[in-house]
Amino acid sequence: MTPREREIILNGISGSPGICIGKAYLVDREGVDVIEKYYISEDKVKSEISRFKNAAKKAKNELSQVIEGLPEDLKQHSYILETHMLLHKDKMLYGKAIEIIESEKVNAEWALKEATSRAKAMFANISDPYLRSRSADVEHVSDCIMRNLVGVQDFNISNIDKRVILVAHNLSPAETSQIQLERIKGFITNRGGKASHTSIIARTLEIPAVLGLENATEVIKNDDIIIVDGNRGMVIVDPDEETLFRYENLSKKYEADKADAVRTSDQPAESSDGFLMGIMGNIEQPEEIVTVRDHGGDGIGLFRTEFLYLNRPQYPDEEELFEQYKEVVELITPKPVTIRTLDINGDKEISAVPTPDEANPALGLRAIRFCLKKPDIFKTQLRAILRAAAHGYIRLLLPMISGCEEIHRTIELLDEAAEELERENHAYNREIEIGAMIEVPSSALIADALAELVDFFSIGTNDLVQYTLAIDRVNRHVAYLYNPLHPAVIRLLKMVADTAHRKNVKVYMCGEMAAEIINLPVLMGLGFEELSMAPQSIPMIKNMIRKIDAAGARDFVKKICNQKSAVDTMQFIEDTYGNLLTETA
Amino acid sequence: MNDLKKQFAKETTITNELGLHARPAAMIAEIANRATSNVWLIKNDQCVDASSIIDILSLACLQGSNITLQIEDPADAEILNQLHELFESGFGE
Repeated sequence: MTPREREIILNGISGSPGICIGKAYLVDREGVDVIEKYYISEDKVKSEISRFKNAAKKAKNELSQVIEGLPEDLKQHSYILETHMLLHKDKMLYGKAIEIIESEKVNAEWALKEATSRAKAMFANISDPYLRSRSADVEHVSDCIMRNLVGVQDFNISNIDKRVILVAHNLSPAETSQIQLERIKGFITNRGGKASHTSIIARTLEIPAVLGLENATEVIKNDDIIIVDGNRGMVIVDPDEETLFRYENLSKKYEADKADAVRTSDQPAESSDGFLMGIMGNIEQPEEIVTVRDHGGDGIGLFRTEFLYLNRPQYPDEEELFEQYKEVVELITPKPVTIRTLDINGDKEISAVPTPDEANPALGLRAIRFCLKKPDIFKTQLRAILRAAAHGYIRLLLPMISGCEEIHRTIELLDEAAEELERENHAYNREIEIGAMIEVPSSALIADALAELVDFFSIGTNDLVQYTLAIDRVNRHVAYLYNPLHPAVIRLLKMVADTAHRKNVKVYMCGEMAAEIINLPVLMGLGFEELSMAPQSIPMIKNMIRKIDAAGARDFVKKICNQKSAVDTMQFIEDTYGNLLTETA
Repeated sequence: MNDLKKQFAKETTITNELGLHARPAAMIAEIANRATSNVWLIKNDQCVDASSIIDILSLACLQGSNITLQIEDPADAEILNQLHELFESGFGE
């Protein structure tokens, strides 16, 4: 093979942040892909079946050894492996394969391949993406049996004896848990995304992972030197010396910064010229408050309240909600908790309400629309929030506001709730701050009218970007277009922030955009007063803010609004803040 | 459904958020595999074998789906009860 002339850059999805440099170790599955078909004579059917049974048994034994040898911290993920254990003997796979050997008189490999593709076909028509993706489990189990049938020398990840970067088409949970993790510097896979098993494991171990690279296993060869940049979702193959040198420094810097950031995370985030920003945590359950505190959060910028409404046939009652909200507010007081009212959407249906099928759930009956359609349910939540507000600092955040009427109506309900509580002699606090979540372009465009009605805006960037750019970000085919630095998004943000400042309304952000350091100069320049994010991101973001000059960022933003594309915008940020970014990233 | 069959059937609803995903399916199959005869899960007009994870998953039961559990042999009444309890508990999720 001829050596490559220059480095190759592959772009994927960041599965876990961090940077590592090392040798590639390919998890090779060639040999399993090519399945021969041949017919067997009547008298060989029995022995063919027992050959199949043996292979299945061996595969199952291997798996049970994997489960036994699992370290404690991974045991919680092992139910997937237990499921695989049962799949080995599943009628639709195991039984079907034996049936095919008998009826079609074919070799065991072919029968297994047939049974597998039939089983997979059963999944193809399922509309729920989560259930549909379970066909991968069938595939993995089938692969294990096939390896034993064909007798391919199975690579054994647990035998890797040097520190390498694992490159694979896709890693099954069984494979991921076989790995002696202290030997792995990073993960690279063709498939997978932010929510995949590999990504979760990598983040738990705090090693970098770049996933969804499509063709990494074709481009990368064993022992290639590669750089995994989990911060940018990028892989560099055969880096030239200059790149290598730069990344070696980056990697050292990243580790040092991470340690440093954690040490100083409880200090306030103050820009180099003394502008103070609140860095808050997003949570879903009261238990997560501890994580927010440990990572130095200045409060809760987004408390998602859906959890108590899911997994159950009835709606929670006021007492239950009140107890939970009170617990949260008491744990974090005197810092604020921003409670977002019920935001149910297409993928979080409540069993108590059989939702009619909507062709476009993202544009359908969800969040505030749903709540106003069910005022009783909404009022129960509002009453619980008003009562909890008597115990600490609570802000009320209304999701998916698209017009003033929704706020008018909510205020009416709040007043009614307060009157009732007054009559019933409950302690409550009606003087809570009310905020509109800005995540629909229409609300950004009428921010001045909304500002008359609320105390603060909180921008939910995930949906705002999705609705502004008309991109379903979980759709793999268009996900590449999803970019919060698109000039259209920045102009909308500027419009909301400027209006907020003019109207004396506070402006916060609680979407993923707030947790990416590359966006920080823009957000600081726009004058956001608070950013809320996953607790783990808080230390790094605080650290970055301390290095930026807020006045300079404001001048910078004036220029950035003239950029014509997301790429130009990113380039402009790199040109202006590149040094700071590479230092921190 | 005739009267005889009705005796051996129970109605239930999927309450857990993710519906009948891999883990609940495995729990169901494990119990159904101990039955003397066939155990069926029925949703609308679709009927699948409760002892096969793959078959259960292919039924695509989301939260809120109504399911009928059915056995063929009275000897499996205890299996039916266990399965019903498992469904009602939301698979402990």
